[in-house]
Amino acid sequence: MREKILTFIEKNSRIDLKELAVLLGMDQASVANEVAEMEKEHIICGYHTLIDWDKTSEEKLTALIEVKVTPQRGLGFDKVAERIYNYAEVDSVYLISGGFDFMVMIEGKTMRDVAQFVSDKLSPLDSVLSTATHFVLKKYKDHGSIMVGETKDERMLVTP
Amino acid sequence: MRNPLAEKVTAIPPSGIRKFFDLVSEMKDAISLGVGEPDFDTPWHIREEGIYSLERGRTFYTSNAGLKELKEEIARYMQRKLSLTYDSNTEIIVTVGGSEAIDMALRAMLNPGEEVLIPQPSYVSYEPCTILAGGTPVILELKEEHDFRLTARQVEEAVTDRTKILVLPFPNNPTGAILEREDLEAIAKVVIEKDIFVISDEIYSELSYKGEHVSIACIPGMQERTIVINGFSKAYAMTGWRLGYACGPAGIIKQMLKIHQYAIMCAPTNSQYAAVEALRNGDEDVARMREAYDQRRRYLMHVFKEIGLSCFEPFGAFYVFPSIREFGMTSEDFASRFLAEEKVAVVPGTAFGACGEGFLRISYAYSLEDLKRAIERLARFVEKLRAEQGKGQA
Repeated sequence: MREKILTFIEKNSRIDLKELAVLLGMDQASVANEVAEMEKEHIICGYHTLIDWDKTSEEKLTALIEVKVTPQRGLGFDKVAERIYNYAEVDSVYLISGGFDFMVMIEGKTMRDVAQFVSDKLSPLDSVLSTATHFVLKKYKDHGSIMVGETKDERMLVTP
Repeated sequence: MRNPLAEKVTAIPPSGIRKFFDLVSEMKDAISLGVGEPDFDTPWHIREEGIYSLERGRTFYTSNAGLKELKEEIARYMQRKLSLTYDSNTEIIVTVGGSEAIDMALRAMLNPGEEVLIPQPSYVSYEPCTILAGGTPVILELKEEHDFRLTARQVEEAVTDRTKILVLPFPNNPTGAILEREDLEAIAKVVIEKDIFVISDEIYSELSYKGEHVSIACIPGMQERTIVINGFSKAYAMTGWRLGYACGPAGIIKQMLKIHQYAIMCAPTNSQYAAVEALRNGDEDVARMREAYDQRRRYLMHVFKEIGLSCFEPFGAFYVFPSIREFGMTSEDFASRFLAEEKVAVVPGTAFGACGEGFLRISYAYSLEDLKRAIERLARFVEKLRAEQGKGQA
């Protein structure tokens, strides 16, 4: 039941719970309960909106920063991650396998904002050995939604 | 000049759905709930196989009965889904859509004057194809009080000494009705007793919402007298690829192959390569689409109840078949007015046989958002009709 609810609201969190219950063929009260429980358990961590900022007049810039660090004794990577994710401008932090340790995503208004964050805040951290910043030029697909082009129903209007 | 046309063909009335199509096409910005094909795109990995097959220059004919690889995958599919064993060399033929298989099966089996039992409402091609094959259609009317299921009794009562074939179109277009094992067992008993054959059109088999689909070929004694027809259009959203298949006794498939090789040669090659990928790696896609259809089905049943529109609960395909008898209008009048006044296209039940009178086919091969917009209009229209009726009575 939880999996069904999550699969649905992962793609459409705006649906009201009454309607979700209808779609999933479940009892309304139990759907509401499950959702409340999952919020409490932090399985559901938030409800967000996917926005294509490029279509607005707002300036937004996304950067992916590869970060190499030395883990702190006894605390491993978690303590270092905490130093990084506590910055408000940091959107996400992943510990990853491969040639570097963290993938940090940040959003700023301008390239200078991002550069300043890297040079003033991120790089000076004791454990940070090196960084490599990649600016996002165009988003094609995000969270499973294709952001470019239009889809049109090309089917004939009536078919047997 | 003399008449160039064959009477057998000119005598066939134009399809009722065609008439409605013309009407809808003239209407600008109409929303349609009239489509009989999935709203999903063919899953990308399947499309990619089609593209690769072109890139690799696989642009030649395949053998008449279809690619060996594909026939083997179909045999495996029949085995894992229905526990039915078919020899991929002699008992399977790949066709241009399920519709070609229907036509060929009828042509391969019918002698002039032999009767074909055709349950209606149902897909539009069984009756004309029977006539073109020289057979005589005998219509069995599916009833709302039986949830549009075919009953063994109906079959028994309709069988004469000329009856050769029973067409079994379940899960059903346009009603969404299914047959379950008990229904099939009872029908199979009559079929075996009367020594007739079955063409089982199971094109919507993957879209069953009440347990796993069962084929009549699974009932003991039935595989040897059944042609199972299926295809890729509905399950994998591949309508435009035109690819289907038939599985059945070698003796019948052999004769179908004869028709196929002279009329068609072979099914499109790149579609066949794509279909191999669909059968090998498409189960998750099918499950994902089935779940989406099922959600919409539940949504429609729920809003119909709210609007007070009477509708039996269908468990298959992607159609609902609500009754509009309360309004005292013909299906065609209802559909035409609904189109004119609310700009929503639905298909009158009569497009699928005279006994579809009093019903509408509403397709839920649309996004939930589209359905909601259309249903809002339906609710408004129904209110309006009821108000008119109220006035009429007062």
